[in-house]
Amino acid sequence: MAYSPHTEADRERMLSTIGVSSVDDLFADIPPSVRATRFEVPPPLTEQEVRAELGRLAARNALPRISFLGAGAYRHLVPSVVGEVIGRSEFSTSYTPYQPEVSQGTLQSIYEFQSLICELTGMEVATASHYDGATATAEAALMACRLTRRDRIAMSSAVNPQVRRVVETYCSGPEIEVVVVPADLAAGGSGLTGPDVAAGIVDAGFACLVAQQPNFFGGVEPMRELAEAAHAVGAQLVAVVEPTSLALLQAPGDYGADIVAAEGQPLGIPLSYGGPYVGLMAARMESVRQMPGRLVGATSDAQGRRGYVLTLQAREQHIRREKAASNICTNQALCALAATTYVTAVGPEGLREVAELSVTQTRHLAAAIEAAGLGERRFSCAYFAEVAIQLPGAARRHAELARQGIVAGYLLERDYPELRDTLLLAATELTRDEEIDAFVAALGATP
Amino acid sequence: MTTQPRGPAEDSSGRGAAFHSPEVMGELTVVEPLIFEASRPGRRAVRFPAASPAATAAAAGQPALPGAQLRTRAARLPEVSELDLLRHFNRLSHLNHAIDLGFYPLGSCTMKYNPKVNEWAARLPGLADSHPLDPDELAQGSLELEWLLAELLKEISGFPALSLQPAAGAHGELTGLLMARAYHRSRGDAATRTKVLVPDSAHGTNPATATMVGYTAVTIPSNERGGIDLAALQAALGPDTAALMITNPSTLGIFEDQIDQVLAAVKGAGAIAYMDGANLNAILGRFRPGEAGFDVMHFNLHKTFSTPHGGGGPGAGPVGVSARLAPFLPGPLPMLVEGDPEAVMRNAWHGRSTPAARFALETADARPSAIGRVRSFTGNFGMFVRAYTYIRSNGDAGLRQVSNDAVLAANYLRVQLSDSFDLPYDRICKHEVVLSGRRQKREHGISTLDMAKAILDHRIHPPTIYFPLIVEEAMMIEPTETESLETLDRFVEIMRAIAEQAANDPDALRLAPQTTPVGRLDEATAARRPDLRWRPMVEAEHA
Repeated sequence: MAYSPHTEADRERMLSTIGVSSVDDLFADIPPSVRATRFEVPPPLTEQEVRAELGRLAARNALPRISFLGAGAYRHLVPSVVGEVIGRSEFSTSYTPYQPEVSQGTLQSIYEFQSLICELTGMEVATASHYDGATATAEAALMACRLTRRDRIAMSSAVNPQVRRVVETYCSGPEIEVVVVPADLAAGGSGLTGPDVAAGIVDAGFACLVAQQPNFFGGVEPMRELAEAAHAVGAQLVAVVEPTSLALLQAPGDYGADIVAAEGQPLGIPLSYGGPYVGLMAARMESVRQMPGRLVGATSDAQGRRGYVLTLQAREQHIRREKAASNICTNQALCALAATTYVTAVGPEGLREVAELSVTQTRHLAAAIEAAGLGERRFSCAYFAEVAIQLPGAARRHAELARQGIVAGYLLERDYPELRDTLLLAATELTRDEEIDAFVAALGATP
Repeated sequence: MTTQPRGPAEDSSGRGAAFHSPEVMGELTVVEPLIFEASRPGRRAVRFPAASPAATAAAAGQPALPGAQLRTRAARLPEVSELDLLRHFNRLSHLNHAIDLGFYPLGSCTMKYNPKVNEWAARLPGLADSHPLDPDELAQGSLELEWLLAELLKEISGFPALSLQPAAGAHGELTGLLMARAYHRSRGDAATRTKVLVPDSAHGTNPATATMVGYTAVTIPSNERGGIDLAALQAALGPDTAALMITNPSTLGIFEDQIDQVLAAVKGAGAIAYMDGANLNAILGRFRPGEAGFDVMHFNLHKTFSTPHGGGGPGAGPVGVSARLAPFLPGPLPMLVEGDPEAVMRNAWHGRSTPAARFALETADARPSAIGRVRSFTGNFGMFVRAYTYIRSNGDAGLRQVSNDAVLAANYLRVQLSDSFDLPYDRICKHEVVLSGRRQKREHGISTLDMAKAILDHRIHPPTIYFPLIVEEAMMIEPTETESLETLDRFVEIMRAIAEQAANDPDALRLAPQTTPVGRLDEATAARRPDLRWRPMVEAEHA
């Protein structure tokens, strides 16, 4: 075994202390009829061999030279200091802080994370983390059902389709009905969720309305009006948000969101082919006992030293078992630490700069495509850092550009059959002017 | 920041104190201030370039963000220099115990060495910078890695099909029970099969998962040998049983030696046999759950395959399934769409690519019976990279040795500690041993909690305590295969000394720990008056 400290003499000493002659004796309790008959794993590799193998696989990925792909995962700068902090093995090789006396580093950093998420969202309480934004949204919907004792939820069609699929999966177990609120996707439409449309669907049988800000198409939704539509019938507003946008857009707590869920990946977490990321969830204090997942609270010891502990654990599976608010146990603590470090490293000014640059470069990109006469915006709405552009032969051109190492965003017809010939394009602070120029030129040369 | 430090205070901590002195803030002594408390307006670390005039000019013609949607209240984020930031988090790190600092025998969590080459691999730019929605042609390396890992996990577990998507063990349980339910629906008897049987030794996630899926959890008692009570199981099984969830080896560290009869009974009742694979690290190469007849099992990659636990995640909880559950697996699955699988594997085992091979993610309509997505994208990919690296480094012989040495170490501790503590189930164990502190509690009034706190003063993380629930004053010890015999012997000495101290000097134990950055914390007040976030001092005083 590559990492065994034991010599054969050590093993012999342990066997003789135990009083058996062979390690096989310690597996004698496995009934012979069910013992493994094969185990054809390839032979061990040395470090240099295994590095070569992983290097081979990494080299098989052809990273694009230019990419405007977002659709739920975004390429942002990860400051060097973030990698330095989460690379510290005092953080990475510890576990759930069951013994607070020797876990204050993890516990205090989670408390700081909860505080940062509360500040960003304008909410009163945030959890220690969820698997990703989609599962946080699903848990938020289930939480709304518990809070309202209702079993239907409404969800805008402008919520990220992958998030919608996960919500539907989570709701299928307890048979919670998911009703889609159609956003205005007609040609020349706003691309937004209409509060009147929502109000026409959500009635007193609904636990919540789930809407996303900015929505999947980058559109800036009328969240206050959507909240009012939900609240008018005693339903909750579950706001799905993008965290860097909160530097510029209204805080969910200020437009009446009851539960906030978000994908935290843009906060200093590498793309890493889809994970690990971190789900964020925040709510109002009156709902805290129905929140799923870990919470850290401040307290003190007998000597008057401030300290932090896991708290309100009567919600959790290890205490409440079948009566728990959720089954979540291990979550994404190290990714939450990355987000904490990221937000601290960029600070309020830096986060605003990231958001403004992302918005400016996305507008720059849309304007350049329009100016070249190659395509036009699909929707009339104001958009944040992602924009839907309609252009002829989008799927074919997307495939052709990929062969040139250019990813022309996300093909919306993959999820929305009515949005044929439409690309969803995202830019961030890392997008350079030359990349926009080169993309527009390549698009023009790919009829 | 509204409170100024009033000067250093005494601190008996051996760690944080070496680097700075605690401060007094308000009524409390503060080991390390919150990052918010170190904030000064105008200070900053990372900066970003300004947009070019050309970009700004081009952008001006696009629709502006509506004024009503703009933020009116700035978030009060910390403003610190990069050095202040780094020192803050480095000092916090000094307040943690971790595998890389010392022994961590936290039962059921498998706190073994996390190899560093795995970290190197996960940070390779070709993998770390890969976007999950990149066209498949640009992501052949990520897809091949996922496909190879899935093939290896199938071989290790004996299941014919597998999804990597679940993000943690409990998430794998949710996936497994949703598949069980979809299976019963496909056969038309989902309405009658409403119960999930769970042994009383199970992890709390099992019954919690049953509830999340809309099932009723039914507890099955253990027998006097620590196994499942077969008669009680047979009595509970019936046409209303959807599934049995069983952890094997159990949370008592015991292999279920009637597992063949258990499986036969469950199958006979038409129910799904779910194995919680949290303890797979004990039986590698010895028992393959899929081959033995289980329908579904989740892996905990962070346990068996040693991806770092990260202070509470990220983990990864792939699920393997039998052929009858394969149609229901969450997708999309990574597929080999061109090329011979045997050749691709043979080449990869020799470090070679297969030029003719092509991988792709399954299309959305590939399996209409699939339960749907359980998370975005294909899973915690960074954990897949680490687990793949670990499996390849160890290889077949290494993985067998992992289980052999883990079981050897646990049995060594069982024998060495059985005089000092009660051993509720005196039989061969697997990767962990569960002791009871009931003798110390009854005879000397010293609880398992007191003893756990005393262990902290020896720079060792205590075992899992008060779990499983069926053992009074439980201490669940998992030494793992990567701890040397010297470490195990030192632990034995410490545990024996604590048992003696319980008899001879119990009052000292009640004061433990003495050398940690903070002492025992007031958890009752934390729950009664929840303080879950920083607020500026002025605001906090009015809260």
